[in-house]
Amino acid sequence: MNGAKVFIESMIKSGVDTTFGFPGGQVIPLFDAYLDYEDQIRNVLVRHEQAAAHAAEGYARASGRVGVCVATSGPGACNLVTGIADAYMDSVPIVAIGGQVPTRLIGNDAFQETDMIGVTLPITKHNFQIRDSKDVESTVAKAFKLSLNGRPGPVYIDFPKDVQSQKVGKRITDEEFRNIQIKGFDPTIIANDMQISRAADLMIKSLRPIILAGGGIISSNASNELREFAQLFGIPVCTTLMGKSCFDETHPLSLGIVGMHGRRIANYAMMNSDVVLVIGCRFSDRITGDTNTYLNDAKIIHIDIDPAEIGKNVEVTIPIVANAKNALSQLLEAIIMKVEKIERTDSISSASKKNIIGNPEWIDRIKKYKTACDACVNFPSKAGNQGVAGSAAKIFPKSIIDELNKIMDKDDIITTGVGQHQMFAMHYLKLRTPRTWISSGGAGTMGFGLPAAIGAKFAKPQSNVYNIDGDGSFQMSIQELETIRSNNVRLTSIIFNNSYLGMVRQWLELFNDKRYSQVNLGSEIDFAKISRAYGLEGVTVEKTSELPDALKNARDSSKATIIDVKIEEESNVLPMMTPGGNYKTVFGKCMKGPGEYF
Amino acid sequence: MTIKDEKMAVKNDVKRKHIIAMLVEDNPGVLTKITGMFARRNFNIDAITVGRTNNPGISKVVVTAIGTTKTLEQLEKQINKLVEVVKVSEANSGIIREVCLIKIYSPDGKSPEKSRELLFEYMKTFKATFSDITKDAMIIEIVGTPEKIDSFKELMKPYGIIDISRTGSTAMIK
Repeated sequence: MNGAKVFIESMIKSGVDTTFGFPGGQVIPLFDAYLDYEDQIRNVLVRHEQAAAHAAEGYARASGRVGVCVATSGPGACNLVTGIADAYMDSVPIVAIGGQVPTRLIGNDAFQETDMIGVTLPITKHNFQIRDSKDVESTVAKAFKLSLNGRPGPVYIDFPKDVQSQKVGKRITDEEFRNIQIKGFDPTIIANDMQISRAADLMIKSLRPIILAGGGIISSNASNELREFAQLFGIPVCTTLMGKSCFDETHPLSLGIVGMHGRRIANYAMMNSDVVLVIGCRFSDRITGDTNTYLNDAKIIHIDIDPAEIGKNVEVTIPIVANAKNALSQLLEAIIMKVEKIERTDSISSASKKNIIGNPEWIDRIKKYKTACDACVNFPSKAGNQGVAGSAAKIFPKSIIDELNKIMDKDDIITTGVGQHQMFAMHYLKLRTPRTWISSGGAGTMGFGLPAAIGAKFAKPQSNVYNIDGDGSFQMSIQELETIRSNNVRLTSIIFNNSYLGMVRQWLELFNDKRYSQVNLGSEIDFAKISRAYGLEGVTVEKTSELPDALKNARDSSKATIIDVKIEEESNVLPMMTPGGNYKTVFGKCMKGPGEYF
Repeated sequence: MTIKDEKMAVKNDVKRKHIIAMLVEDNPGVLTKITGMFARRNFNIDAITVGRTNNPGISKVVVTAIGTTKTLEQLEKQINKLVEVVKVSEANSGIIREVCLIKIYSPDGKSPEKSRELLFEYMKTFKATFSDITKDAMIIEIVGTPEKIDSFKELMKPYGIIDISRTGSTAMIK
């Protein structure tokens, strides 16, 4: 038994059955070990290590388990860095394994040597370099424990080649492996009773309460607790980009996404509330705009598993350190105990009619404004929105999302690239099941969508997976078309093709007097032809009327399909909060202006 | 005060010196992690010292940093996130000591500011001692709080300071 074999066994013990990786000189022993465990673990061969990292992320976010990516030393491991940084920003549990030159050569500028420990220091939760094969098991056990528990995040393991080949003597017991101790790592997962009590009092006294749900609800698998809480007391719920899909967006209490490209109803409800219950959200600048004016008139209850996020960007009234699932249960119990006996039913129940929390005037205002908001389709559209093939008129991007909403099942998974197409999807898709929205939030990594979709499909083979991509983002991971073909990954990739780096172009139009610099990506690319060259289905759509069939055929096909949709070149994603602005300084029209209800 | 006023008050908090003591696992790269984290979060390190404790495998790191209360709170939380950090505590009210070596020109006794007797007086008062004496230069060593060392340094200026070496504060909670 050498270090590599023990490593594979340790991964299997940690519940891994799929990894995403690409071999190289310094991981030959490790990849050799895979051959001896083919019935228990497999590696999905990608075509670029960055895709391995994003696939691991997609896998982790779809399944709730730790995603694993493997690369060789030097440039191979360096290619993982973008994905590791992405996972760090979005708190995704992945373990990234990089080969390393033999220990006797470390520090000597050997061939394909890079100080990955140094490089990944600021972008990992923790990292390890295994210097002796006797430490393989404990390192793997610790890495997985660290990655998944507390606030999830990426962990990097540096694995020198000679340690992979080194014989392993004494093994640790299964018991020791499962209960591995990590000094200095003890996340608080149960909320303090006094803080819960104070929060319960504050919520009971509130007149215009609202819930802001972030990615923490998803990480903590707390969707049921959130729904029960919101329904029992009739409190409207809005989410961040990372929180999308944690609360059924077709539910009457759902207000949609807040923030820079959020829905106006969500933003205005936040700004006019008096008590905000924030769960698993870190108040990124995309949500707050100018922190000096953000939520100045509201009291904030902030529940988060990471104490460093509470009070970092926004001052809060009641901080609660716990995981979202426990905190919501505890808060629910505390409120129920403080008021008269309430029956727990499944609809917006008698509790809300008794006005235990909030008041009917607030709910009424929100309902009215929400109806108006939902009816709004007012974008400045340069050409008509019917899209006629061969003419100047191209397809209106929102139409694609509308068609998707019509054919999607509850458990279908969406991944996205980054840019305007991502914002259209975020704003208009109605998702109902947690872990069906996989999008790069904090880092905003272009090229994330396609590999993440591959990872998600391996995690949930029974679900349809749709990748919503832009022509810019798609080209950054286009080589993975072969990974899709050789593993027969049945997914659908929809390219919002406007031949531009859309989001940057939008900023240049709105804030730079249309001085377009380096945003034209070329309009002659035939993505459908490229897909067919890779042995997949490729379809070009130039008319809106062709969309429904194209999507249905793609979903039902036995092969993966890439749909190249020619959309309007210069449509903008609106409404848009000005950077560093506040909810009042928003571009884009509204059917009913804010003055009418707020 | 309205909620808004409370928030503004916190943001305008005055900057002061904080001494933070940490117990960390003695692994290679721990110090890099700590200083790297400070740099990334834009916290200015005034001084840093590290040394073994009587616990095998555990070292004590003491950092002197300047910031507002809000900055320092965030700092402590971020440090706690590091897996190798076992304990973090503020040590401002503990025993704080620093070692300083000052090299000055040997006083020639030719002017009143450069009097030998005055020098010996100062050294007696501040409990400083000589580490090295030659015809041309003297090295004085002094242990004390940073403020005491600052005062002594001021008094040495007339003699002509050739070089100073300070360790930064270490601390022990009472």
